[in-house]
Amino acid sequence: MTRESPSPRRPAPRPSAGWARGAFLAMALLALLALWHAGASAARPAPAGAPSIAAILWDWTPAILKGFAANVGISLASALFATVLGTFVGIGQLSLHRPVRWLCWLFTHLFRNAPWLVLLFYCMLLLPFQVRVGAWVVPIPDWVKAVAGISIAAAANMSEIVRGAIQSIPTGQWESAASLAFSRTQALWMIVLPQCVKRMLPPWMNLYALIMVSTPLCAIVGVSEIMTVAADILAANARHDLLMPVYLYLLVLFFLYCYPIAVLTRRLERKFAIAG
Amino acid sequence: MSTHSVAAPASASDDFIIQCRDVRKSFKGVEVLKGMSLDVRKGDVVCIIGPSGSGKSTFLRCLNGLVPVDGGTVVAAGHAVHDPGVDKLALRRRVGMVFQQYNLFPHRTVLQNVMMAPVHVLRQKRAEVERRARALIRKVRLHGKEDAYPGELSGGQQQRVAIARSLAMNPDVMLFDEVTAALDPETVGEVLVTIKELAAEGMTCILVTHEMGFAREVADCIYFTDGGLIVESGPPAAFFSQPKDPRTRAFLERVL
Repeated sequence: MTRESPSPRRPAPRPSAGWARGAFLAMALLALLALWHAGASAARPAPAGAPSIAAILWDWTPAILKGFAANVGISLASALFATVLGTFVGIGQLSLHRPVRWLCWLFTHLFRNAPWLVLLFYCMLLLPFQVRVGAWVVPIPDWVKAVAGISIAAAANMSEIVRGAIQSIPTGQWESAASLAFSRTQALWMIVLPQCVKRMLPPWMNLYALIMVSTPLCAIVGVSEIMTVAADILAANARHDLLMPVYLYLLVLFFLYCYPIAVLTRRLERKFAIAG
Repeated sequence: MSTHSVAAPASASDDFIIQCRDVRKSFKGVEVLKGMSLDVRKGDVVCIIGPSGSGKSTFLRCLNGLVPVDGGTVVAAGHAVHDPGVDKLALRRRVGMVFQQYNLFPHRTVLQNVMMAPVHVLRQKRAEVERRARALIRKVRLHGKEDAYPGELSGGQQQRVAIARSLAMNPDVMLFDEVTAALDPETVGEVLVTIKELAAEGMTCILVTHEMGFAREVADCIYFTDGGLIVESGPPAAFFSQPKDPRTRAFLERVL
């Protein structure tokens, strides 16, 4: 027993995830950026004729946003593939056929426990730069290989989300479907999986946010995206005081994109916790 | 379609819809059914009663193949259920089942719950199925609840939807697995009335139940199970007034 039991009505403190707090953090990051700028220019006034940090960032903003769009694109494509692939692998983990079940289990646990960067390198180095389909030569650009690498890692996580959701549906649902002469496949797709969607949505959104924040890894394997643009800015200006503001700027962008997803996820989780 | 799942040899057994001989089933080395035999004629109402853990629910599940039997024979609606190659889907089109926990599909409305199997399993025309489904919902006295979701209904109402859903397949025989055990006392009656009406219309019903008054009133035959065996059976009047076996007497003394 605790010495002083808290009032049962007092809600348990929960991690902050409100819009207000998010907006506050975004403002704080932007303020930090501004402070840095002010401090840097006060400490070491820009040489005559050299543009201010703010001006440089402003000039590069279109390029930065274009780079960010590449990250968003890679994340969306990866999420799509990972969702489709992961759904089938997750279902496969519960297959009645032992070889299917075993293969899907292997895929899931092999790639779920592999560092994403390692998978990215594998895909970069193992996939050909083009494939020949009959008379056609289809090139495989680097970003497609990157999507493949991220998709495999994310699909392994998706597989576990799907398996967990299916197993959380009471066996009575399978039994009543069976006693109405539904086949196992019909029961899965018409009765069990539709009930899983609601349960899978919050973890799925979590996974998407994870995919998004992992996309800068693509820069390491040579895909142009926001980190490439950042490197370009630094190379073009050759100024040490630019280093922190540029990366802080990227931080703010990712935060503004991913944080709303986190808020929405928590809201859905709470809603489903009540609705059951 | 399996060639094994043909009708039982035609003989005097023609009007039996269920025939079980020496049904055995073990779970993890524990023998739950130790050789149960039971025959049910078309149109009969059979109640299986007995203490918890006596194997009555397991036995009921053997009849539509939800639980595969280890030994003995089960022939239901012309299908050899004990045969591993039995066409389970064909069997279950003829044998309906209602569960203790209703097991309605929570993401579908009442009407959709009733319509799903005829539309997707029997591939009947949607308009015709809907007409029949609405009639069935009226029959179980849930007119006006067609668009409600199961979560919005009381236990008794949900159980009546489950009965309508099963009836929509036009089964030859209905299995009821302790369908009133999870209900509030005040809603037990409405479900029993629905089953009674079904029985009066000539539907073959096999019930596992703890409702002794209901069993006495509606059943054509009562089976008493204990320890995985059928200890005693007979028409309700004789069964309740002159139980022969000491185990039956002890059980009836406890529950009546």
